[in-house]
Amino acid sequence: MTAPLKDVAPAERARSTSFYEASARTRLELLLDAGSLIEFIGPGQREVSPHLKIFDLPEQFDDGIVVGHGRLDGSPVFVAAQEGRFMGGAFGEVHGAKLTGLLRAAREIGTVPVLVLFDTGGVRLQEANAGELAIAEIMRAVMEARSAGVKVIGLIGGRSGCYGGGGLIAGCCSALAVSEPGRIAVSGPEVIETNRGVEEFDSRDRALVWRTMGGKHRRLLGAADVFADDNVQDFREAALELLGLVGPFGLDRLKAEQDRLAGRLRSFGACGDAIDIWTAEGIADAQAVPELPADQFIALANRIGRTSRDAR
Amino acid sequence: MEDLSFRHPVRARAGGARRSAIVGVVASGNLEVLVERVLPDAECAVEIKTAAVGFGEVWSAVIGDFVERYSPGGLKFSINDGGARPDTVSLRLAQAVRLIAENGQ
Repeated sequence: MTAPLKDVAPAERARSTSFYEASARTRLELLLDAGSLIEFIGPGQREVSPHLKIFDLPEQFDDGIVVGHGRLDGSPVFVAAQEGRFMGGAFGEVHGAKLTGLLRAAREIGTVPVLVLFDTGGVRLQEANAGELAIAEIMRAVMEARSAGVKVIGLIGGRSGCYGGGGLIAGCCSALAVSEPGRIAVSGPEVIETNRGVEEFDSRDRALVWRTMGGKHRRLLGAADVFADDNVQDFREAALELLGLVGPFGLDRLKAEQDRLAGRLRSFGACGDAIDIWTAEGIADAQAVPELPADQFIALANRIGRTSRDAR
Repeated sequence: MEDLSFRHPVRARAGGARRSAIVGVVASGNLEVLVERVLPDAECAVEIKTAAVGFGEVWSAVIGDFVERYSPGGLKFSINDGGARPDTVSLRLAQAVRLIAENGQ
């Protein structure tokens, strides 16, 4: 018989809990200091989607996102966590408004950072216009919060990855941490195949999907700043590390980011596959990267570098 | 979608002091249960919105069995269901009662 959960230290529980498998609520409970989460607009307020009923679809009381504030290693943070299993974590009207409101509150306060636990396929198709508007509002809110001095950190390791408008919002963040199963892109594999054909992208080739959109590639390209192993404690430590690293945001930083991206395109624009990029980056056995365990991969990624502290 | 509502007289008040708790996620074959301590001690209510239409009798049996086994007096259960099987429903209801019986808010 194993010990009851309450007798296990929080850090141990967080270390043994897969971020990928956990619900949004469990991720927040274990990511933050124990018992510190205070939720805004919780499920008891039943602020559900006004659109799903029209499509005869079930609602969720929190519309698939938990927003609130808590403490991380004693310091206050705002948090948002998407639930990737409810409608693929997709952005609807209420879901988006909760994140926009949180970011605007952070902008007003100016000193409390925001952690966004992305887990999303993008816009909820049943709420297309409201969802697209929500993405635009959130992107603006992220940039306004950053301009006011707020650090906005994205944590990506959920089953729905971070796609569509979620990928755009992630691109606006101060810094990102990603795990191997956390994928970051705009168009998903099936979308690319549907629009451009199987010759362009075979969505059933899982190895191709993973090495093109998966966390390892995003880290090696410098799109993500820190690679986390798939457990909640690793994401907690990644968030703390990034909060310590992120510098002030302004025009200089945006110009540096533009230069970084232009340089990346110059270096790798002609590559046909992620493995070609890794080889061009100087990784001797690029074929073996997908098989590397997390600790060996982190050592490799740190050697390659490719994250710029002056950019983003 | 189908809405169902059940009310049962209950032997005893549910344990604990928490005001509310939530378990589960609305997904295919899964459900969320929001439980709130808002009723008189001798009553229990269950309100269900389900994507699977026409299973009222099964719900009635599952809820009846649950109330008999756990005596959740004073609790109101609100369920959003994505077509969960009866055993999953029983499990989530039991988790909800256990969660609201813990210490905390």
